[in-house]
Amino acid sequence: MAPKTSPEIGGMGHSVKRKEDPRFLRGLGNYVDDVNLPGMLYLDIVRSPYAHATINNIDISKATAIPGVLAVITGKDLEKYNLHWMPTLMSDTQMVLPVDKVMYQAQEVAAVLATDRYIAADGVEAVEIDYDPLPVVVDPKKALLPDAPVLRTDKKDKKDNHIWHWEWGNRDATDQLFREAEVTVKEDIYIPRIHVSSIETCGCVAHFDKVNGKLTVWMTTQAPHAIRTVFALVAGHVGLSEEKIQIISPDIGGGFGGKVPVYPGYVIAVAASVLTGKPVKWIEDRMENLQADSFARDYHITAELAGKKDGQLTALRIKTIADHGYTDAAANPSKFPAGLFHVCTGSYDLKAAHVEVDGVYTNKPPGGIAYRCSFRVTEAVHTIERMADLMAHEIGMDPAEFRMKNFIKPEQFPYKSALDWEYDSGNYAAALQLAMDKIGYTELKKEQAEKRARGELMGIGISSFTEIVGAGPSKHFDILGIKMFDSAEIRVHPTGKVIARFGTKSQGQGHETTYAQIVAEELGFPVDSVLVEEGDTDTAPYGLGTYASRSTPVAGAACAVACRKIKDKARKIAAYLLEAHEDDLEWETGKFFVKGSPDRAKTIQEISLAAYTNHPPGMEAGLEAVNYYDPPNLTYPFGSYICVVDIDKGTGEVKIRRFVAIDDCGNIINPMIVQGQIHGGLTMGLGPALYEEIQYDESGNILQGSFMNYLLPTAVETPNWETANTVTPSPHHPLGAKGVGESATVGAPAAIVNAVVDALWHLGVRHIDIPITSAKVWKLLRDAGVKD
Amino acid sequence: MAKVPINVKVNGVEHNVDIEPRLLLVHFLRENLRLTGTHIGCDTSHCGACTVVMDGRAIKSCTAFAVQADGRSIMTVEGLEQDGKLHPLQDGFFQEHGLQCGYCTPGMLMTGYVFLGTNNNPTEDEIRHAISGNLCRCTGYVNIVKAYQYAAQKMREGGAEDGAKNIA
Ligand code: FES
Ligand code: FES
Repeated sequence: MAPKTSPEIGGMGHSVKRKEDPRFLRGLGNYVDDVNLPGMLYLDIVRSPYAHATINNIDISKATAIPGVLAVITGKDLEKYNLHWMPTLMSDTQMVLPVDKVMYQAQEVAAVLATDRYIAADGVEAVEIDYDPLPVVVDPKKALLPDAPVLRTDKKDKKDNHIWHWEWGNRDATDQLFREAEVTVKEDIYIPRIHVSSIETCGCVAHFDKVNGKLTVWMTTQAPHAIRTVFALVAGHVGLSEEKIQIISPDIGGGFGGKVPVYPGYVIAVAASVLTGKPVKWIEDRMENLQADSFARDYHITAELAGKKDGQLTALRIKTIADHGYTDAAANPSKFPAGLFHVCTGSYDLKAAHVEVDGVYTNKPPGGIAYRCSFRVTEAVHTIERMADLMAHEIGMDPAEFRMKNFIKPEQFPYKSALDWEYDSGNYAAALQLAMDKIGYTELKKEQAEKRARGELMGIGISSFTEIVGAGPSKHFDILGIKMFDSAEIRVHPTGKVIARFGTKSQGQGHETTYAQIVAEELGFPVDSVLVEEGDTDTAPYGLGTYASRSTPVAGAACAVACRKIKDKARKIAAYLLEAHEDDLEWETGKFFVKGSPDRAKTIQEISLAAYTNHPPGMEAGLEAVNYYDPPNLTYPFGSYICVVDIDKGTGEVKIRRFVAIDDCGNIINPMIVQGQIHGGLTMGLGPALYEEIQYDESGNILQGSFMNYLLPTAVETPNWETANTVTPSPHHPLGAKGVGESATVGAPAAIVNAVVDALWHLGVRHIDIPITSAKVWKLLRDAGVKD
Repeated sequence: MAKVPINVKVNGVEHNVDIEPRLLLVHFLRENLRLTGTHIGCDTSHCGACTVVMDGRAIKSCTAFAVQADGRSIMTVEGLEQDGKLHPLQDGFFQEHGLQCGYCTPGMLMTGYVFLGTNNNPTEDEIRHAISGNLCRCTGYVNIVKAYQYAAQKMREGGAEDGAKNIA
């Protein structure tokens, strides 16, 4: 789509260079650890070596004897203020600091407050804790056995480790279709626990100003406004009141869902600042971050797919055990304990489906944040894309042809899925066809056949995913009761410059540029004259924040609507200035003119000045607008990815030779940024597909607790991603946009696994759980009798 | 803890200071000198967010003590811009969208500064290996490779100046 505005205006469709870059390139960003206040104290945390243990005694005497250590805070100290437990986003409870027992390795047990970072660390070493280890439960299936130790002894009447059962869909219709099916496939799929590992860890600087009773917290948060309300609700009884709480989310070094929840460290730092009246800084180190928070996935899935011999799919049935760790602290909308997992019918036109999920407690840190994904969509996509591939291979049909046959057709949109979602728009076949053309699908198939005849291992994998993002309509979506709208507040100054503020918060997505482009598109102000601000709850309008690819679908829409309100007023002012009737005015980027006489015009800058200097009698002065946007539906970005892998028979190493990604996120605001989001998303799909996993041994010891063994892809493992887009606008979004930040992370792993299984299918391999490590492949090859 | 004197030049400015021997170089730069462009992303020398240049070599400042910099010369990201002109690498990252959250960026720039200084016509593969000690979670590296290539070309052409003028 050709842009409607000139490059100087820089509206939608222009690859405007990012406005945030100059400060980052000079090392002048302001991340939380860069915040430095006079008299600031440092907080460091003592963590449990045990995954499950009773605390007999905490001896702080040696620690407090260290010069510079001011205090050691324990659960008993917080208990006095009833702050030792806090609610989770899923209305479960989580310890801030324990009073009697620990529930996972690396759990926060005490906090040392000192005048200096190094002295605080000395204090941590000197705290002596006497534990009695308790039996540990790490396997959620074992946690459900009748003789399993009950973990949440704090909950009166809790007799087991089962948290909740949730199901969705039509069970009877699904079972009936399975009985009638000509072919069925069934697979156990484990989607392991993984960690977002943004390169910046979590942290905060809390400053309670005793004179004014005001609390300011600079905090690595993707949702500053919601955090403010949570703080007010949780700590209201100790005197914190919402108008005196200011959350500032400064520059954020990557979030990916890990910076949505409230972690104990934040609360302890706030408590320490309130108690001392001094600013308190708490910054996790990488090992703390990897061992204690920001975990995702951990779904044990059993999936079945039913269909006809000719490849027509009919039904999907899924049962899942969800390992939440010791509390359900998942970051989901309240009504959806399994997030949006029930978008699992994917891109296919199924007659019926049924999904069941059971949440379980284990001795692990809380999981369930959405690693660059909209509330369990990756789990859903991975399942359906693996199962579709399995079915295609089972009946001997080409996986591309199989998908083409089962896709929801363009004319079926808006499409009601078997699990009740209303998909807004899509053209799935077009995206897959483009991917096939770009990668040269037919030739690759030929090459593969030749290589297979020679005993070489090459695989081609497809993933044709549909996402569900932009939560969400207030009818169904809230977090702790707060509806999931988002907001924009736009003010036009007399000199024709604009400040625009939002309830979201960029963590690298480039909002300072893309929101400015929306203003440029709608009002014709050059993108350079629009300043975007987010993240300060004292100035920005209330919003639910940036995660689940919701910024463009929700706050982006709010921006467009607010601009249109401004334009309506601008039209009235222009009519007054031009002595014309409003209906006789026409808009062309940046100006109103009288129909038929284009030289009788007023530019948006002239109108801006008039709004303050010469506005029509009876009209309020000024030119500004606010919008709280409640989306009528979610948006459904989609795409088709094709991956080609070569496998080394000797080492089992999987080498991604090519990866073509076709994405459709509707209308595009900034093509450069969209492509960047897809590159990054693909790499965060590659990681879990081949390298990333958090495991625990039987005693609950974490096995990947540092970057020594939690492997993020480097530039060497990462292929040169090949990307392109199709454009199917969202019919209900004011700009026709859908959101793009997470698509690639959601869609990529299945393409990679499907390629590896395709390479090994003739050896009897049907499925491999991610991450597909060389060791796993090596073993499969040896088991199949393959010689190097 | 007893302090020891060091003499270190950072971005051309000489500092004679007394510091604790256990103070890490990265904390010295960030907290004592308030040069917060150098970041910390791990505690095992894997991420490279802390990369600075010491006597012409790219080092991970989280893995060096400040006392080891005694008598040496350090350059951080804040030292890349010269006389109001950005380095071609900074320009390359801007032009090619080589950064998103910006957290890894200073480390990527300093690694590149030394790497391109020794090889101003690198292959893609050479670039990918050169930055394999610098993790980026946002960009997927494709555009970082392009940013290096952009800078390499500018450096071959000797055109540091004209490249940088596009950035405010
Ligand atoms: S901080 Fe990660 S390598 Fe230095
Ligand atoms: S730009 Fe965010 S880590 Fe590289």
